[in-house]
Amino acid sequence: MAEDIKADITMDLKGMKCPLPVVKVSQQVKKMRVGQVLVAETTDPGAHADFPAWAKTSGNEIVSTVREGDVSKFFIKKLK
Amino acid sequence: MDVQQTLGELRSRMEELKDANQNKLSMVVFSGDLDKLLASFIIATGAVAMGMEVVMFFTFWATSALRDKKKRAKGKNIFGKMFGFMLPKGAGKVKLSKMHMGGMGTGMMKYLMKKKNVSSLEEMIQLAAELEVKLYICEMSMDLMGLKPEEMIDYPGRDFVGVAKFLEEAGNSRIQLFI
Repeated sequence: MAEDIKADITMDLKGMKCPLPVVKVSQQVKKMRVGQVLVAETTDPGAHADFPAWAKTSGNEIVSTVREGDVSKFFIKKLK
Repeated sequence: MDVQQTLGELRSRMEELKDANQNKLSMVVFSGDLDKLLASFIIATGAVAMGMEVVMFFTFWATSALRDKKKRAKGKNIFGKMFGFMLPKGAGKVKLSKMHMGGMGTGMMKYLMKKKNVSSLEEMIQLAAELEVKLYICEMSMDLMGLKPEEMIDYPGRDFVGVAKFLEEAGNSRIQLFI
């Protein structure tokens, strides 16, 4: 499923702890164009609650989440 | 006939409401404890990520966390000197609210934070500056403890204010916190 989604930018956030993953992603998304997809790779266990909460509040969409061991990949589409 | 007038009134009322509830977080940071200061900055920077404007109002014990360890202020009276000596000189010197244990507990916590890649208080202040979190410092607390503006950290947009400034900001914020 995730393989179908084309990623425009990949961010390595592995090892970063709260609040950095969400802060870094929000800064990156600000620089992107609407419709572009960002892949955020994180090892922060809190990210599974935080990224959806952030996306909902900021009006963006998490199109897919992939877990590979300790690393989770969030495919975030900029909607506005 | 009164329709126009009513519409006008409604319109101005709507403008007022728009102003009244901005997407803003206002925080009173009162505590000078390392743990509570960390929590404050994590919430502040997280709120910017969530698209909010953030204002932090530093008062009482929290003000000394914003002292610059490299700066010195001249012309203090005896009380100012005493406070200056007794209060922590900056974010690197503040203690845990529990389990400080003469420095051992705080030292261990800092070691663990580094090991687990949790940002230090100094790094969080730096991040807040990059994210344009506004810092207001209580003028009266500074005066009371003999702290001088020239011994505080350089922070973009830092300002020395009174309670009315905080209340104005808090009044048009969606979230207000006291830490």
